[in-house]
Amino acid sequence: MRFAVSLLSVLGVASVIGTVLKQNEPYENYIVKFGQFWFALFEYLGLYDVYHSVWFLVILLFLVVSTSLCIYRNTPAMLKEWRTFKDHATEKSLRAFSHQATFNLSGDYAGTKQNLLQFLNAKGFKYKIKAQEGGSELIAAKAGTHQRWGYIFTHVAMVVILFGGLLDGNLPFKVQEMLGHKRIETLDLPVSKVPAESRMSVSNPSFRGNMTLSEGATHNVAFLRVRDGYLVQELPFAIGLKDFRIEHYATGQPKSFESDLVIFDPELKEPITKTISVNHPLTYKGIAIYQSDFQDGGTGLKFNVWNLFSPGDKPRVLSGAIFDEGALGEGDDLLRVEYNDFRKFNIINMSPDGKGKPHNVGPNVTYKLRDNRGQAIEYVTYMQPMQIDGKFYFLSGMRETVQEDFRYLRIPADDDLSIDGFMGFRAVMLDASKYQEIAKRIAKKSLEGSGNSEIKKQFELSLVRLLTIFAQGGYSEVAKVIEQSVPEAEREASATTYIKMVNIAAYEAYNMGLELNKKPLLKNTSETEALMRDSLNAFSDMFFYGAPYYLQLNQFEHKEASGLQLTKSPGQKWVYLGSVILVLGIFSMMYIRERRIWLYLKPSANEVHFAMASNRKNLDFEKEFSLYREQLAGIVS
Amino acid sequence: MSNTLDYQQKTLLQRLNWQDWLYAFVVVAGSIFAFVKYAHYMDAYEVAFLFGAAALFSYLGWQWKSLGKLVIIVGVLSIASIALYQGDQTRATEVFFLKFLISSQSAIMWMNVLFVLAMVTYWFALYRRSAFTANVASALTWVAVLFGFVGLMVRWYESYLIGVDVGHIPVSNLYEVFVLFCLITALLYLHYEQKLNTKQLGGFVLLVINAAVGFILWYTFDREAHSIQPLVPALQSYWMKIHVPANFVGYGAFSLAAMVALAYLLSSKGVLTSRLPSLEVLDDLMYKSIAVGFAFFTIATILGAMWAAEAWGGYWSWDPKETWALIVWLNYAAWLHLRMVKGLRGPLLAWWSLIGLIITTFAFLGVNMFLSGLHSYGTL
Repeated sequence: MRFAVSLLSVLGVASVIGTVLKQNEPYENYIVKFGQFWFALFEYLGLYDVYHSVWFLVILLFLVVSTSLCIYRNTPAMLKEWRTFKDHATEKSLRAFSHQATFNLSGDYAGTKQNLLQFLNAKGFKYKIKAQEGGSELIAAKAGTHQRWGYIFTHVAMVVILFGGLLDGNLPFKVQEMLGHKRIETLDLPVSKVPAESRMSVSNPSFRGNMTLSEGATHNVAFLRVRDGYLVQELPFAIGLKDFRIEHYATGQPKSFESDLVIFDPELKEPITKTISVNHPLTYKGIAIYQSDFQDGGTGLKFNVWNLFSPGDKPRVLSGAIFDEGALGEGDDLLRVEYNDFRKFNIINMSPDGKGKPHNVGPNVTYKLRDNRGQAIEYVTYMQPMQIDGKFYFLSGMRETVQEDFRYLRIPADDDLSIDGFMGFRAVMLDASKYQEIAKRIAKKSLEGSGNSEIKKQFELSLVRLLTIFAQGGYSEVAKVIEQSVPEAEREASATTYIKMVNIAAYEAYNMGLELNKKPLLKNTSETEALMRDSLNAFSDMFFYGAPYYLQLNQFEHKEASGLQLTKSPGQKWVYLGSVILVLGIFSMMYIRERRIWLYLKPSANEVHFAMASNRKNLDFEKEFSLYREQLAGIVS
Repeated sequence: MSNTLDYQQKTLLQRLNWQDWLYAFVVVAGSIFAFVKYAHYMDAYEVAFLFGAAALFSYLGWQWKSLGKLVIIVGVLSIASIALYQGDQTRATEVFFLKFLISSQSAIMWMNVLFVLAMVTYWFALYRRSAFTANVASALTWVAVLFGFVGLMVRWYESYLIGVDVGHIPVSNLYEVFVLFCLITALLYLHYEQKLNTKQLGGFVLLVINAAVGFILWYTFDREAHSIQPLVPALQSYWMKIHVPANFVGYGAFSLAAMVALAYLLSSKGVLTSRLPSLEVLDDLMYKSIAVGFAFFTIATILGAMWAAEAWGGYWSWDPKETWALIVWLNYAAWLHLRMVKGLRGPLLAWWSLIGLIITTFAFLGVNMFLSGLHSYGTL
């Protein structure tokens, strides 16, 4: 008993560990989080998959064994209590009860006895009459003894449920692993290359695995994740995916995920076609197939690649597909492009205070650019310009490690909501041969009339110099030059002047870019000022973008993949059976009250002795006893 | 033999009078009406739930007459509110009675206000030992429950006004279940209050309810959580209609037990002893409410496992929410063991059930706040 409560507590505490420490994450995450020493210790303790660790299973096993022992030891006594009327009670023993009373028998004996039996019947008691010496009689009655079954049911239920759970655990694999017959595979191999010792055969009694199916593909294996590796589970049939669909609500949130599956089985004359969705799985040959997630299935992509730092270049076309690779540049500057993910819908809350409604901002693509030394930078680029504070920007984020957040390059869209305006501006700003022209235009406007050619020349010279510096690294380069050449007291003033000059120059540069593309020119408005600010910021941020290439997604051919979960769970029916027994047991244990009544009829002394008992004394029992005492007194006298 | 029949206990059916039959008739007729009108939106399970609910509420109303009255008045007010809407969502802020009384938002606000008032009144009654004030407090609690249920019923309707595909029973996010929690806890309390005449405990039980009210207010005004959101695919299931309410009967009963335990501990230390019910009554109430909670929590967890088997691909995934449900279950299983098998009574069990509330709260709320997992439908 004390053991049982302790065991329940230990199980509770052990369970907490697995909820505090995120389970079954990739092992690198744990190393980053805990460091090598703690990582190794925690791994040894099995903390990354607590619920399948040996020590946790041992606790469960203890629970099964101790519960079984309880059942074995107590059931005979319980059954005896359930059956017996306890008619061996003597007058003396009854008088020792805490709940008892003695009534004087006034009426005729037979009539009173009849009334007492009627009373017991009315109250739902079953009784047995036993003759005593001296003409006395004992009526022993019981009610609610089914309560005893509650004890048996609840405890049997625990064993049945745990047994079912054990059937669905990966015990067979664990044993085979310990014997050295099986091992997990940790390398990323094609299915056909996975060795036999990491494959589970069709006869594996229980498993829970995953399968990712691209549209149009067919597979006959699932992957079981175990610790930091996996096993290949062979299936007795093949599953094909015809189509995967996501439906959305009017607000943009996903409404349903559906997969049109085809089951191919040599035993079938015709393949089975069935649509599954979340909450509506398909079960075939004891294997339940669930819609669990989705991902890209190899979407075809077409980019315009801008070389950000080469002013003259027109964008190049680059084609690829998710999970494929491409290349940019050549020689030492060669960058491999790894296309990782494409998402057609991105529901984002773009309002600055976070209180607005999230909406769909259109497709984005995630890719990595990897250099010769293997260093990679990850990028996420949105296809369509996004509205932020009423203005439109092309967004592309970059980060060097997965732990970081993306840092975004925000390129302002032009009046046609295109990126060309900025790209034209950028080309002019990078092209030293254009600076003279810019300077001339500004000088013409601002120094008109003064006619002093010396001042004009001086002005043009300094502007060309400023633009040259700016083209080497944007604002931060300008700041560096100021720091080197201007005395501290004058820095702020000159910075202000430079920013003003760069802004004025940017206006001309932008227009020159538009001229080259034969687009209508900008007017001098406050919107234009904002556009200049954003363009200059984007230009400055370009130098921190990590790569000279901006991949502008132009077209895509969407191909999705459905994430299926496959489960074979022979223990499920046991668990459900156990659950039903458990509920029956709990209700009978708590809501059936066992009560016993003894009436000792003693005609020789004109006495009726009444005693009452319950295995659980509580308020209800006290009330019942008082009521019965009163009612019985009425009957007897 | 004139007293032969005095002790004869009548069965439930024998005890029913014509009002009871009329009540059941109205409830069943209502569900038949709903079936005729909306059967094409329901699957077989939901039809079963509809008539199951009619039977359940008839039975509960027969057993507990006050609940029957509540059901009828909630029905009348909800239908009145729906009629005022005339199928137009914008009328919620235009029509006087909707704007200030029985649109779902207003009704729930009334519930909040009334719960606070009821608590103050209960404490005042305890302080003054005034039976009349206690009756007023009890009435206020009943009206709060009435408004709360009207609020939920109308919210259910409002969700369909947003879009037929958006409509769903309002037990799908933290805001909605917090309202449900207040209502169920209050109802459980009111039941025992009538049965055991323990109006002195109202102030205690309403402490936990008003903590939830505080949460609802913060959640409404700071996070605008009251806006109705469509269901994510995993929640689109008939299971939600039984799993969630069953769970909240459990949570509500455990909270009630913890508050009774608080009263028990105070009384056993000599605080308010003369004003509170006797320790035996408190102990009994604590046990009864944990027993109810345990039974429903067990059922809810089993239903949850069955749903998980359909939605997540396995009846048990050791998801944080599942695991914490198990911990709560183990906690109260141990409590019941100690009491029923060992016959333990007294302050230890009271402390235990008070601490149990912390565990329960973590399972209910803490998991959503601090841990992530499959069951992340109500994130803060």
